[in-house]
Amino acid sequence: MSEIERHAYDVVVIGAGGSGLRAAIEAHEQGARTAIVCKSLLGKAHTVMAEGGIAAAMGNVWEQDNWQVHFRDTMRGGKMLNHWRMAQLHAQEAPDRVYELEAWGALFDRTKEGKISQRDFGGHRYARLAHVGDRTGLEMIRTLQQRAVSLGIDVFMECTVTQLLKDGDRIAGAFGYWRESGRFVCFEAPAVVLATGGIGKTFQITSNSWEYTGDGHALALRAGATLINMEFVQFHPTGMVWPPSVRGILITESVRGEGGVLRNSENKRFMFDYISEYFKQETADSEDEADRWYGDHVNNRRPPELLPRDEVARAINSEVKAGRSSPHGGVFLDVATRRSAEDIQRRLPSMYHQFKELADVDITKEPMEVAPTCHYVMGGVEVDPDTAQSIVPGLYAAGEVAGGMHGSNRLGGNSLSDLLVFGKRAGEYAAQYATGLDARPAIADADLDGAGRHALAPFESDSGENPYTVHQDLQKTMQSLCGIIRKEEELRQAIDVLQEYKQRVPHTSVEGNRQYNPGWHLALDLYNMLLVSECLARAALERTESRGGHTREDFPQADPVWGTKNIVCRAEGDGVAIAAQPLPEMPDELKKLFEEPAE
Amino acid sequence: MSYEATFKVWRGNADGGAFQDYTVAVNEGEVVLDIIHRIQATQAGDLAVRWNCKAGKCGSCSAEVNGRPRLMCMTRMSTFTEQETVTVNPIRTFPIIKDLVTDVSYNYEKAAQIQAFTPPADVKPGEFRMQQVDVERSQEFRKCIECYLCQNVCHVIRDHEENKPKFAGPRFLMRIAELEMHPYDTADRRKLAQEDFGLGFCNITKCCTEVCPENIHITDNALIPMKERVVDTKYDPLGFLWRKFKSPDSKRSRG
Ligand SMILES: Cc1cc2nc3c(=O)[nH]c(=O)nc-3n(C[C@H](O)[C@H](O)[C@H](O)COP(=O)(O)OP(=O)(O)OC[C@H]3O[C@@H](n4cnc5c(N)ncnc54)[C@H](O)[C@@H]3O)c2cc1C
Ligand code: SF4
Ligand code: SF4
Ligand code: FES
Repeated sequence: MSEIERHAYDVVVIGAGGSGLRAAIEAHEQGARTAIVCKSLLGKAHTVMAEGGIAAAMGNVWEQDNWQVHFRDTMRGGKMLNHWRMAQLHAQEAPDRVYELEAWGALFDRTKEGKISQRDFGGHRYARLAHVGDRTGLEMIRTLQQRAVSLGIDVFMECTVTQLLKDGDRIAGAFGYWRESGRFVCFEAPAVVLATGGIGKTFQITSNSWEYTGDGHALALRAGATLINMEFVQFHPTGMVWPPSVRGILITESVRGEGGVLRNSENKRFMFDYISEYFKQETADSEDEADRWYGDHVNNRRPPELLPRDEVARAINSEVKAGRSSPHGGVFLDVATRRSAEDIQRRLPSMYHQFKELADVDITKEPMEVAPTCHYVMGGVEVDPDTAQSIVPGLYAAGEVAGGMHGSNRLGGNSLSDLLVFGKRAGEYAAQYATGLDARPAIADADLDGAGRHALAPFESDSGENPYTVHQDLQKTMQSLCGIIRKEEELRQAIDVLQEYKQRVPHTSVEGNRQYNPGWHLALDLYNMLLVSECLARAALERTESRGGHTREDFPQADPVWGTKNIVCRAEGDGVAIAAQPLPEMPDELKKLFEEPAE
Repeated sequence: MSYEATFKVWRGNADGGAFQDYTVAVNEGEVVLDIIHRIQATQAGDLAVRWNCKAGKCGSCSAEVNGRPRLMCMTRMSTFTEQETVTVNPIRTFPIIKDLVTDVSYNYEKAAQIQAFTPPADVKPGEFRMQQVDVERSQEFRKCIECYLCQNVCHVIRDHEENKPKFAGPRFLMRIAELEMHPYDTADRRKLAQEDFGLGFCNITKCCTEVCPENIHITDNALIPMKERVVDTKYDPLGFLWRKFKSPDSKRSRG
């Protein structure tokens, strides 16, 4: 395949969300020749959808806030399964990364003193989320996109990477196709940064877009890297429920941060019944105290509606199961009786718009119906905390595709800050690695041929299955057998059924030609979703406890022994092998932060 | 609740194409994008369409639905009668790639020509102090999701390919206004607006404002003030800078 289009760079960043853009900016500023490759148009990555805000302990609203408190909240939110060093770096560096955005033109909402305003979110002790109304992700991606463009960084948009290429044990580049023409392209690069986001499209009810097919997770596995924490999937408590076509679309947590409360069909604020032992000390036990908290965080404890997401999602699930659901099988999220119509429209404009347009509901007058939706994957590529490098030399990962930072459950707002902190680090170390090499790795022609043959396979078979049907079936399997509440026999069944998909996926066939052909693209994405699903199912079966984004009906308690271990996945044959691995030990000075009383 | 609807969807590429008819199920609450996806999944696997968020946040799914420029994910099927044929074609101002997907690179080229936000050299990150009222004007423009519907309807370029090199369209004139109204920006982009981006072509018809899914007052709040600013201070750099920092009407006082 010598005639294939080729480009040579020092660093190729796969993904143009917050983490990819931040990585590319940094790599470029370090002097590396840098390119960004992404599946959608520039500015459309998932990051654009983020609503609530960026968590950073700037202390603009509550001066008591600092990185230690943020670190502690993050670790407790993740049920102590986070990599302590990632959580530490994240909490320490997030404020500078936010200030940097402002210096690049971002316009955050302001405090009276003219500083960046910060809002409350679940699991954060103080109001900590820098935001712009409820469109923070748009502000972030636009700022980074405009910065990257003004620096003149090359962007290959609507270009999908299907394989990483290696020279011996190290990275040599990436292979992909242009969506527009279907033609192949090869990137020669000693350093590749994965910034491909999540895996939500493996589930039926999800807040995620078509891009979230776990490409980066699968690319990394096939290149010999390891994934950790794949059993932990975040089901966001508040997805839309009705009408069916919008099922799963996100309702930002800011609705609760701004005073919204959850009620069941009996009009009861049921979250008070679901305060676990773990969070008892720091959670209000009466409606009065909870309501006072909005004005005074120091002398009151947080409302239970703002417990971490795993807790709230499980509670909603239980209410629905107990028969106290709203008409369409969710619960009510009420902000209408709690805040003035004017405040709601000003603080939550896009939620107001979304419900008005898509559901005929005026949220200033009526409650919303909500239920959990697959939102975020905590699991991802195992990386070195400081450099973001995987175990494969030259392969880096940042953002949602990286694992470890969030442990078993991510706090709201901690993703956008994660993207900035580790995006920058990945770009910095990838650039250093690439420009420090004596010789550039080489790409073997045979590898390119193989990648090309694999990509064209769906055009070869004409009697095969429709990729859309296979995808829908896979989503149903994952939703029903590996969803929010799991148990052994269902997970075993899932693993069996996934073996059958291994026969089905290579037999999908597509109509039409290579020009902008979504059926073909999906047929290739299916391989990634399948591999990621297997990681998830196997890790979930192995972890015989409940913790964060992994709930086992047959093992409802957290198990202290499991609390010291990660599950690591690696590719083996056409499947996945798993192993338990001890968590890294936290230094004593950080351990002390957890000894103080919670309030 | 379900019914069978008739859709006419434009299929083809740069070499040509035609409308094709599809009979397809529609369920309660669905939007046009859902129906396009159903056609794709069951009848035309290679039907090309862009989308990401399905919630009006990313600006990917622009098309013309029954002749109106719309986001397909925000166009509810309940706005049509069950008997009505729904016609979907790609936005017209940009070259066709395939089916509903167009080549919007014009927009990325214009965006790249704008001088980025340029704060004073002595203000360090973390030192910015701005009042909410002072950022709100630019914030309105930063709601833009880059759906390019405004670009699509603006008559200056809609059927005038020849104007594209000299006119950047409402989206990017507004981007200039946004930067010019940023309390800390020090650059002067009036010449760019007037001479390279063709601000003078705009005769304030407000067609752009009418289609904006974000309800941004493009004409009143961005284009007209930009026109005033350009005329007011044309080629008077000193006077311009003076106004920029002192006048309550242009850049406001800092926090
Ligand atoms: C509705 C919603 C609201 C949210 N709100 C918040 C919030 O308020 N605060 C918060 O902290 N987090 C929030 N999150 C989570 C957060 O937005 C995401 O976790 C984060 O944006 C992911 O960013 P990323 O840089 O990792 O990837 P993304 O922004 O998803 O970007 C992934 C990029 O990778 C590219 N890509 C993927 N595969 C390939 C491939 N094979 N080849 C080439 N390119 C590829 C894609 O095209 C895309 O450019 C929200 C998420 C959703 C869905
Ligand atoms: S107001 Fe100006 S920019 Fe907007 S559509 Fe009319 S001519 Fe075009
Ligand atoms: S200004 Fe409005 S219509 Fe124009 S691109 Fe932005 S969001 Fe779309
Ligand atoms: S899909 Fe994002 S705006 Fe329609």
